[in-house]
Amino acid sequence: MGYHSEQLVCELSTNAQQFRIQVLDMVFNAQSGHLGGSFSAAEILTCLYFHHLRIDPSRPDWPERDRFILSKGHAAPLLYVVLAHRGFFPVAELATFRQLDSRLQGHPDRLKTPGVEMTAGFLGHGISIGVGVALAARLNGMDYRTYVLLGDGEIQAGVIWEGAMEAAKYRLSNLTAILDYNDVQLDGPVREIMPIAPVIDKWRAFNWAVMEINGHNVRQVLEALDGAMDVHDRPTVIVAHTTKGKGVSFMENQSRWHGRAPNDEEYAQALAELKGAM
Amino acid sequence: MTEKLSMRIAYGQALADYGEINPDVVVLDADVSASTQTHYFAARFPDRFFNVGVAEAGMVDVAVGFALGGKIPFANTFASLISLRAAEQVRTCVAYARTNVKLAAAYSGLSDSKDGPTHHSVFDLAVMRAMPNITVVVVADATEARKLVPAVAEYDGPVYLRLSRAEVPVIFDDDHVVKIGQGVTLREGKDVTLIGTGIMVGRCLEAGNLFADEGIQARVLELHTLKPLDEALIVQAAEETGAIVTAEEHTIIGGLGGAVAEVLSTRCPVPIMRVGIPDTFTESGPYEPLLDRYGMGVTDIVTAARQAIACKSRGILRDCGQA
Repeated sequence: MGYHSEQLVCELSTNAQQFRIQVLDMVFNAQSGHLGGSFSAAEILTCLYFHHLRIDPSRPDWPERDRFILSKGHAAPLLYVVLAHRGFFPVAELATFRQLDSRLQGHPDRLKTPGVEMTAGFLGHGISIGVGVALAARLNGMDYRTYVLLGDGEIQAGVIWEGAMEAAKYRLSNLTAILDYNDVQLDGPVREIMPIAPVIDKWRAFNWAVMEINGHNVRQVLEALDGAMDVHDRPTVIVAHTTKGKGVSFMENQSRWHGRAPNDEEYAQALAELKGAM
Repeated sequence: MTEKLSMRIAYGQALADYGEINPDVVVLDADVSASTQTHYFAARFPDRFFNVGVAEAGMVDVAVGFALGGKIPFANTFASLISLRAAEQVRTCVAYARTNVKLAAAYSGLSDSKDGPTHHSVFDLAVMRAMPNITVVVVADATEARKLVPAVAEYDGPVYLRLSRAEVPVIFDDDHVVKIGQGVTLREGKDVTLIGTGIMVGRCLEAGNLFADEGIQARVLELHTLKPLDEALIVQAAEETGAIVTAEEHTIIGGLGGAVAEVLSTRCPVPIMRVGIPDTFTESGPYEPLLDRYGMGVTDIVTAARQAIACKSRGILRDCGQA
């Protein structure tokens, strides 16, 4: 039993599941978008935006705010749902996802969407950008923290490890990375396409503090985010074990649901499963 | 003989001097500070200097992060590494995301001459010019390097600043006014216009002087900003002289020549001759002979100008359709 109240944990879990339903609706309406990697990160983003981050939706440019950088930009549907429900823009706008004239691009665009800290889409940028943001905080004498959500396939990109070295060199304890370790990427299982294991040892070898959690367990997510704030001499990565397509039986652990939209029958079944679990 | 000064040392010292004035400037380098001359800044402001090692893509993304955090980052490495290895970082995170990053592209053109084609940067302008939101600025001499550091830092938005390794003839004195986006008329003339950028500006002036000896009045323009282009100045030159030569230390595809042709083909079609590197890779060699070997000699400019004037006098492409 942890120090967060059962009520908080319950609320956040319920929110995360509701957000999955909204994500499903968005991708179904658009007939395009990424469900698998949005579902796997639902608890992580919910904990960040509905409890952990120091933010003020009425002031998206508030200088003191914590920064969240979605490096795995294809989880944009989830980010949009969370931002809308947190009050950064109207929930009704979610229906415009991937349509002409929408502020909700297929991948995040910082110039278009209130609350989106950084443009993303192609993978590999988040750590180095986070390093710059965290260094700027240090130079400016500000105590905001910077968070980066990484995909597991994404860390196959060499530039991620450039960022890992930079963050360690400058001992950026104000930078926390979260690895959405669902073990499935576009083409198949991560362990087959290009193994990243032993991932804990890799980050440790790069002089990061490493925590390992179940990324769908809200209490563990909250405690890890808090725990990273107690590390004062190096950056922290939270390795969050997750399930791609979490919550929908026929999507779970299936790479074909990385970036595919459901048809009518699939939508109905997915909706029933997600609602049934609440 | 014109005095020559090192452009890179002028840049490095100017950056360090400007660091004193503007505390928001931070400088990044990818293990080439002894080459780019950012070591001047590093020595004076060690807390605002970040050497990320041989990691150019990472460096550009760190610079993006600094810009998001309200700083004015100058990211320094060789032009080919910025424009090619880190091109996706520049496209996605600098250009598309419109972050206030200054890309200081050292060793451009053939200026790292003896290191050979890997180190030459001969299509960076084509790459950078094609990206929306990027302002492309090419430095002509040491004076301009000094003046452009504050101008680029205080310019709102991403800038690609193209610099040379070489000691280059000094063209401008301290009265030179550099305004990003505004071309400079260096010599008046009515028979032909020679448009230069970067170190080719000096060679255009030399060609202009040669023509003066034989009674041909060549106008000489400097375009330090390839984007946004000073279209009015170019169109006016085409209208008034009827023949254009462009000269750049770059392939003739997609750089200054391409930019000028794009404007004039619709607004005032006159003969245009493009001086630069033909569509080929280069080779190692001493700098100035290498420029001559690959089509950027003063004689190349002169020949091109004669061809442009001949086209004009044969009546090819007359009438700009201007009132």
